[in-house]
Formats: sequence, structure tokens, C-alpha cells
Amino acid sequence: MALSENEVLAGLAEIVSEETGIDTAEVESAKSFTDDLDIDSLSMMTIVTLAEEKFDVRIPDEDVKNLVTVGDAVSYITKAQS
Amino acid sequence: MTTLNVKRGPEFTRILGLGVSRGENSVPNEDIIGPINSSDEWIRKMTGIATRVRANADTSVIDMSEHAAREAIDNAGIGADEIDAVILSTITYPHMTPGGAPILADRIGATPAAAWDISAACAGYCYGIGQADALVRSGAARNVLVVGAEKMSDYIDPADRTISYLLGDAAGAVVIGASDTPGIGPTVWGSDGSGAQLIRQTVSWLEVRDDDAAFPTLTQEGPSVYKWASFKMAPVALEAIEAAGITPDDIQVFIPHQANVRIIDQLVKQIGLPDHVAIGKDIVDSGNTSAASIPLATERLLRDGDAKPGDLALQIGFGAGLVYAAQVVVLP
Repeated sequence: MALSENEVLAGLAEIVSEETGIDTAEVESAKSFTDDLDIDSLSMMTIVTLAEEKFDVRIPDEDVKNLVTVGDAVSYITKAQS
Repeated sequence: MTTLNVKRGPEFTRILGLGVSRGENSVPNEDIIGPINSSDEWIRKMTGIATRVRANADTSVIDMSEHAAREAIDNAGIGADEIDAVILSTITYPHMTPGGAPILADRIGATPAAAWDISAACAGYCYGIGQADALVRSGAARNVLVVGAEKMSDYIDPADRTISYLLGDAAGAVVIGASDTPGIGPTVWGSDGSGAQLIRQTVSWLEVRDDDAAFPTLTQEGPSVYKWASFKMAPVALEAIEAAGITPDDIQVFIPHQANVRIIDQLVKQIGLPDHVAIGKDIVDSGNTSAASIPLATERLLRDGDAKPGDLALQIGFGAGLVYAAQVVVLP
């Protein structure tokens, strides 16, 4: 069953926290992966891969550059699930 | 009915001897950050590299190969005339033909050994080990010299931020021969040409001739390569462990292609290697030397005492193609 955006956000926050050590509460929709969370391109790929596994979706490499904010990723994953 | 004779070789093979040759110059990050507008801190954070070894202008792929090969043959305790095949893995030998391997074979006194080049980029050393193991066990060769050699600095663009700053020049060589006990596990290998654009030469030679394109250099889609290498190669490594009839707990040394420390660390995690495993990280000082990187890291582990002869080592190469190969070996 497809997860809600809030559920995806919670799951994504766990992945980001595991990869970077950032507190899950800091992983908010409006935050930019690069500018606000200081996540580099390689860590972003790890997060994307773990998100693909966790949410059973596929996120092609060429789409990753469009995932600027946490909210962008949450929307992408939510849509990809449905 | 007339039947043909077939040759059969020994049941087992192993690495009999190892030799390496690193580029003469250790080039620190400070020396290359200008054209890429970067910093020592950024390169260390993104790759783990502090220095890379680069050869003098007049040092060739064959020169480095010869040095490494002589050392490997010496360490193997055999004569060059006992080598029946020479495999040179390189993507930077600057002649399409003749290949470098016959010239190398002649220089080291192995003529008339069969000799050929292979182009399997950063997987080339493990491809060569797989070929050599099969050749010896089939009886096609008593001993095989496998050399991974690259002068990457001939194909770099100092202003390229994707791969050039990682690259170094070196050669690594091993002699593979018969063994009383299994010393090389089954090779698990493959390719995925759908990813051919991820690591590539910027332009073809025809574009240089017909379109006045600049001399070709190397480029890569770094994040995509990181994802592929870190997450798709872990199952390949696990398959090689399983094919050898052992478990990750049995592995004593892990020697992946030295592409990036971030990839190495992620592979360790994804494979699930236990803490006791010694990890090859020669990349920190030597950079990414493509086909030479695994033998270089092997030599470093042995020299530093982090690994010892007889240890079980998982090695895996992966790179442009995309191509990959892995096997478990007993260290010489």
C-alpha cells in the first residue's frame, strides 16, 4: 500500500539521519539537501539508493538533480509509489 | 574415427609472485587544485586522496610494466622462459597496434610467449587473473604473467572536475602458475554496456581527425559511478565469496579497485565484511591507477604488515564498460 507524504518524510528522515548523522527532526520538507543539510553528491546517491530499497521505487540518476529539497524527494517517492 | 589430443593442466593455481612500479612523482592535492578551483579539503572529503603517483614524461606504460614484471617473476622464483603467456591490461597504451604485451614479453625475455593486451579498464587486473587461472588449468600455459599498467596522466584534462584529479600512473604484475592447493577462487565477472557513457573517453579518434576535436581525455559521471560501484558491486563480491565456498567471515583482506575511498567504505558496509578484515586503501597515496590499483594495494598491505602471505583476499575490479570481475585469492 502506498505511504502518505508524512510517512515517506519520516522514512526518508531516518535514511538521511543514518547516512549523515543529522537529527531526523532537522530533515524538513523545505530544506535543501545541499544548502541546508550539507549533503554532497555521493551521500545523496547513497540516500537515493536506500530510499529506492525502502520505498520500493526507482529513481533514475538523471532525476536526482531535480530533487533539490527534501519535499521534492518526498513528492517524487510518493508519486512513484502510486 | 580420428580424434584430437586435448591438453589438461593442473587442478589448482595460485599467485606465485607480485611486483609493482609506481610513477616516480608523488603529486599532492595542492599541486592540482588550481585548474579545478578546488581545495585539498574537498578532494580528501570526496575521494580520500591525499597524493597520486605520476610518472615522468619519458616513462612509458611498457617501462612501468617491465619493472613490475621483473619483480613479479623474481618473487615467483621462476625464469622468464617459463612464462607461456603475457596479458597486459591497459587503456592508456598509446598504440592501437601492435599491442604492448609482445613488446613487454620481449623486454623481459619471455619471447615466444603468447602475448596480448586486454581492455577492461579498472576491472582489467581481475579479468587478467580470471584468464590466467583458466589458461593454466586448461594446460594452455604453464605460467602466465598478468600486468595491469596505466599512464593515466597522458589522458587527463587538468581542468576536468570529474575524474582527472583522481588519476595516477603505475603498473602491477603477478605470475600465475600451478599450485598443490586452490589459490584462486572462481572468477565472477560480467559487463553492462548500457552504462558505457558513465566512464568514457571524451571523443573518438575519428572526431580528432575529422572534426578537429581536442585530444581525448577521460571523463565520468561521478555520482552515478559511485552508486553503481557501491551498490551493484557488493552482490558481485558476495557471489565471488560464495563461489569460493567460504563466507565473509573467512575473508582476511579486502582489495577492491582503488577508485574512491567513499566507494571502498560503502562496499565494506554493503558486503558486510567483519571488522577484522584488512582493507586496501593505497588510493590515499597512489590515487586511482585503474588496472594497476589492485596489485598496488596488495603490495602495500603486505609491505605494511596489514596482510601476510597465505591470507585469503577478496579482490574486485570495476570500471569503464561497464565491466567488473571479482575473485578470492590466496596472497603470495
